[in-house]
Amino acid sequence: MIEFREVTFAYASAQPVFDRFNWSIGRGEAWAVIGGSGNGKTTLLMLLAGLRVPTSGEIVVEDQVIDRPRPRTGLVLQEYGLLPWATIKQNVALGLRVRNFYGPDGRHTPVEHVVGPIEALVEKWLKRLGIEAMRDRFPAQCSGGQRQRAAIARTLVLEPDVLLMDEPFAALDAPTREDLQNLTVELQREQNLTLVFVTHNLEDAVFLGRKILVLGQPPHTAPVVIENPQAGALAYRSESAFFEMCARVRESLTHYALIAAAAHA
Amino acid sequence: MRKRDLIITTLVVLLIWQALAMLLQRDILPTPIAVAQAFVANLGEIAKHSVASGFRVIASIVIAVFLAVPAGLGMGQIPALNRIFSPLVYITYPIPKIVFFPIILLFLGPTEAAKILTIVLILFFQILVPVRDEALNLRPELLNSVKSLGAGRRALFRFVYLPSSLPIVLTTVRLSVGTAVAVLYFTEVTATYLGLGYYIFLMSGTVFDYAATYAGAIAMGLLGLVLYFFVDWLEKRLCPWKFAV
Repeated sequence: MIEFREVTFAYASAQPVFDRFNWSIGRGEAWAVIGGSGNGKTTLLMLLAGLRVPTSGEIVVEDQVIDRPRPRTGLVLQEYGLLPWATIKQNVALGLRVRNFYGPDGRHTPVEHVVGPIEALVEKWLKRLGIEAMRDRFPAQCSGGQRQRAAIARTLVLEPDVLLMDEPFAALDAPTREDLQNLTVELQREQNLTLVFVTHNLEDAVFLGRKILVLGQPPHTAPVVIENPQAGALAYRSESAFFEMCARVRESLTHYALIAAAAHA
Repeated sequence: MRKRDLIITTLVVLLIWQALAMLLQRDILPTPIAVAQAFVANLGEIAKHSVASGFRVIASIVIAVFLAVPAGLGMGQIPALNRIFSPLVYITYPIPKIVFFPIILLFLGPTEAAKILTIVLILFFQILVPVRDEALNLRPELLNSVKSLGAGRRALFRFVYLPSSLPIVLTTVRLSVGTAVAVLYFTEVTATYLGLGYYIFLMSGTVFDYAATYAGAIAMGLLGLVLYFFVDWLEKRLCPWKFAV
C-alpha cells in the first residue's frame, strides 16, 4: 500500500538522511518507527505525509506518487496542532470544514466526499473518543490526554486509510499514555488503518508496532525491521516476551549507535 | 479592569483638578465644574464637531485595518513577498509620516480625503508590522497538522492565519485609537471648519473661551475612550478563548 522507491532525502547541503531507501508497508499493518533524536524519524513521517518531498526517488501510496498531503492520510502530532482559538468541537470539525471549503476536488478533498452537514459526524467522534463533555471548551482548558484525543478525533472524522502519528503521547503521564495506546490499537483494528507510529519510546514501539522499523544513525540505506507479532494484545504489556522484545529493540538501537560511532572514529 | 476602579480614578483626577484650579486662580485653568457647564452650554456645537472627528478616526482605522491586515498576513505567509517588501517597510517605518500632511494637502487640497489619508498612512505601519510578525511566528506543528487535513494556501489563510491574527489586530487597533486621535488634532487645526481639533484651536486662540477649550479637549478624550471600550467589547466577542478559564 505504501512504497518507498529508492528514496533519497537531504536537507539543504547536509548529508542525506535517507539514501536510496526502499521500504514497503502493507495495507492494515501497524508499524512503529523507533530511533533517537536527529535520526530521521520525523523526516520519515513528513515524507509519508507529503509535507516534504524526496530529493530523488518516489513514495507511492495506493498507486499514487506523493508530492503533497494526500486527503486520506491522517496525521497526529505530539504538539496536537489544535487551533487554540477554536473549541474542541470546532477543532474536530476543522478537516470537514476544509473539505467543504474546497469541495470534492480530488486534490485537497477525496472525490467521493459529499459536501454536507458535519454536526452528526463530529458528535459521533467526540463520543467515540470520550470527549463529548469537552466539546465547548478551548484546548487550553483541557488536559493533555483530552487534547490528544481531540487531535485523533479530528483526524479520524475524515475516515483516513493511513494514520501517521509523531510522538503523540510523549507529553502524557503513564496511565494516560497506556489508555491512549490501547485506544490506538482499538481504532487501528476497528477502522482497518495502516498505522505508522513514530516514537523514541521503547514501550510505545513494542506495544503498538507489529513491525518495528529501527532507525540508527543516518544515512539510512536499507530498512532494519524487527517482527513483533504479539503487539497490540492488552496482556502483552505484562508478559516477559514484551520485556524481551524491548531489550531486543534497545540492543538493535545501541548496535547501530556503536557502528556509527566506529564509522566516525 | 473593574468599573468601580474606573469611577474612583476618574473622581480622584477631577478632585485634583478642582483643587489645582482653586489654588492657581487663573483663567487658563478653569475648574471642572466650569468646564462641565461649558460642555453642556455648547453641547450642540461640540456634538457637531465630534461627529466630524469621529467619522475621520473610524474611517481611518477601518481603511488602515483593511489594507494592513491582508498585507501583513501576505508577507507573513509568502516568503517572497516578505523579502521584497520588508526592506521597504524597514526604511519607511521610522519616518514620522505626519510630516507628509502638508504635502498631502498640496495634492488633495483641504479635503476629508487628505485628513483620512494622513491618519491611514500612520496607522498602516503600526498594524502591518505586528500582524506580519504574528503570521511569521505561527507554530509549524499548527500549520503542518492543518495542511495534513487537506488545507492548501487559501484554506490556511481562512482557517489559520486570519483567526490567529485577530488578537494582534485588535491590540494594534487599540493602539491606533490613541495615535489616530492625536494625529486627528493636528490635521484638524488647519484647512477645515469642522472637527474637534478646529473647535479646540478656535476656542483657545481666537475666542479665548477657556472653559469651552477644555470642553472640546474632554470631548476628544471621550471620543478616544468610547472607541477604546468598543475594541474591548469586540475582543470579548471575537476572542472568547482569551478570556476562558
